[in-house]
Amino acid sequence: MDFEELYQQVIIDHSKRPRNCRPMADASGQAEGYNPLCGDRITCFIKCEDDVVVDMSFQGSGCAISTAAASLLSEAVKGKRRAEVQQLLRTFHALVTGTPGTSAEIESLGKLAAFRGVAEFPTRVKCATLALHTMQAALEGRPEEITTE
Amino acid sequence: MTPRKPPAVPGRKVRPGTEEPRPDAFDVERVRAEFPVLGRTVYGKPLVYLDSAATAQKPRAVIDALARFYLEDNANIHRGVHYLSERATTAYEGCRDQVRAFLGARETCEIVFTHGTTESINLVASAWGRQNLGPGDEVLITGLEHHSNIVPWQLVCEATGATLKVVPITDAGEVRLKDFEQGLTARTRLVAVSHMSNALGTINPVREMTALAHARGVPILVDGAQAVAHLPVDVAALGCDFYAFSAHKIYGPTGIGVLYGRRDRLEAMSPYQGGGDMIESVTFARTTYAPLPGKFEAGTPNISGAIGLGEALRFVARIGLEAIARHEAELLEYATREVAAIDGVRLVGTAPHKAGILSFVLAGVHPHDIGTILDLEGVAIRVGHHCAQPIMDRFGLAATARASFAVYNTREDVDALVRAIHKVKEVFK
Repeated sequence: MDFEELYQQVIIDHSKRPRNCRPMADASGQAEGYNPLCGDRITCFIKCEDDVVVDMSFQGSGCAISTAAASLLSEAVKGKRRAEVQQLLRTFHALVTGTPGTSAEIESLGKLAAFRGVAEFPTRVKCATLALHTMQAALEGRPEEITTE
Repeated sequence: MTPRKPPAVPGRKVRPGTEEPRPDAFDVERVRAEFPVLGRTVYGKPLVYLDSAATAQKPRAVIDALARFYLEDNANIHRGVHYLSERATTAYEGCRDQVRAFLGARETCEIVFTHGTTESINLVASAWGRQNLGPGDEVLITGLEHHSNIVPWQLVCEATGATLKVVPITDAGEVRLKDFEQGLTARTRLVAVSHMSNALGTINPVREMTALAHARGVPILVDGAQAVAHLPVDVAALGCDFYAFSAHKIYGPTGIGVLYGRRDRLEAMSPYQGGGDMIESVTFARTTYAPLPGKFEAGTPNISGAIGLGEALRFVARIGLEAIARHEAELLEYATREVAAIDGVRLVGTAPHKAGILSFVLAGVHPHDIGTILDLEGVAIRVGHHCAQPIMDRFGLAATARASFAVYNTREDVDALVRAIHKVKEVFK
């Protein structure tokens, strides 16, 4: 195992320059996420118009994996219908937990496929899924804090 | 006064630096050879184990002692009249006396076996706390404590109406005696302090703290989980009322620990758990309890664990805690210098009096990412809050990276750590 497999360039890039890392005053939903193992916290904001996610952003502090996941996910979901977003989040979850599915499914993830190395690091899977679970909660309008435990 | 030179041995000229090592001189390679796991590789790289503050590796003598007990002597203690039971009982009680000698306690009955430091502290919080704490009373701890010396007191405070008070720490990660003294009030009923911080390595002045507490008639518990492997402890000289530690931090097995309690304190306390072995006689109307230390050891204990601890203490005694402390101090000094010199590194916890632990952060890189990349280089460290979240909050951090040193670590281990940190910087440049 080499660290390049985990820390792909796109992940390093998004961890250092996270996209959509900002609060959202007119969010239609938001949720808090917490990873008690490492103390990482994240707040996800979502804005839906009709059935479409028109904007998603986040704030918080975390490791490279969790920050890059939040950044790349926020880019990936924009402009998609709710059902498509749910599907994307499910596919991403399957990838990072080691059941990546078909190559077409992996391809559908676009840049997010860079996280395929995470499954090899059981202690880091929760870093990759913190933003995912928090976004799901924001999408479904569940206000309670999400924890990875 | 100038130190006097030892008299020259006639007929023998020794050039400085060429003296033969004494046969009992500390030899780290010989020590390493006693730890089988240190010979293994991780991801194809030699293991560099710098996480002994989480748990120390075990010498072969300890591993063999555990196996030998189950292979040759396994039986329950204090019950059987048969040969094996007697052998197991003798071995178990023999280890108790070894612990007594190790801690400098006066009486063997002052040594209670527990699951570890956490249970030892919970025992005191529960058995002593519920009997002696009430509304308005205060328990005093410091800002350096591990969760296991915070949460048991929060639980007992909640149950009794007492208040938990915390002595603040300085930017270097120290408790000032002046602040400690200020924390002691007319309502303080107990002091509970760590001997050595697991997150920062700071050594607390527990002897002075004990004197200050006792001057006000306040008993003191010392959490020795980190200290026992790094510095000689003498509870009689220290004068503390309780001292807790775990075997696995001092090269022994997990699941066994010790509570030392001054005899009069332990005798005045009610039992902590009920069950077999802790009784004198039981009827449905009334039960009387066993004398010390049996009163606090309900149920079948970790017999092999105690035997493993005894073997671990023999290992430590053979090398000598002074020699271990000297070796680790040199290593920590070297590591501190080398790691602090890396651009972007900030050390967390810079007390002048510390041992065995180097906590740090690296600009722009989360400790978890440091930990993963170091791991892939074969370097095992701990990252996170180290079960000491209040310390992290004090320094405004979510986590740190922590390298910790033990008797078997070398300068080469430190060099590997430094190389691996440079690798982290390369990945995140």
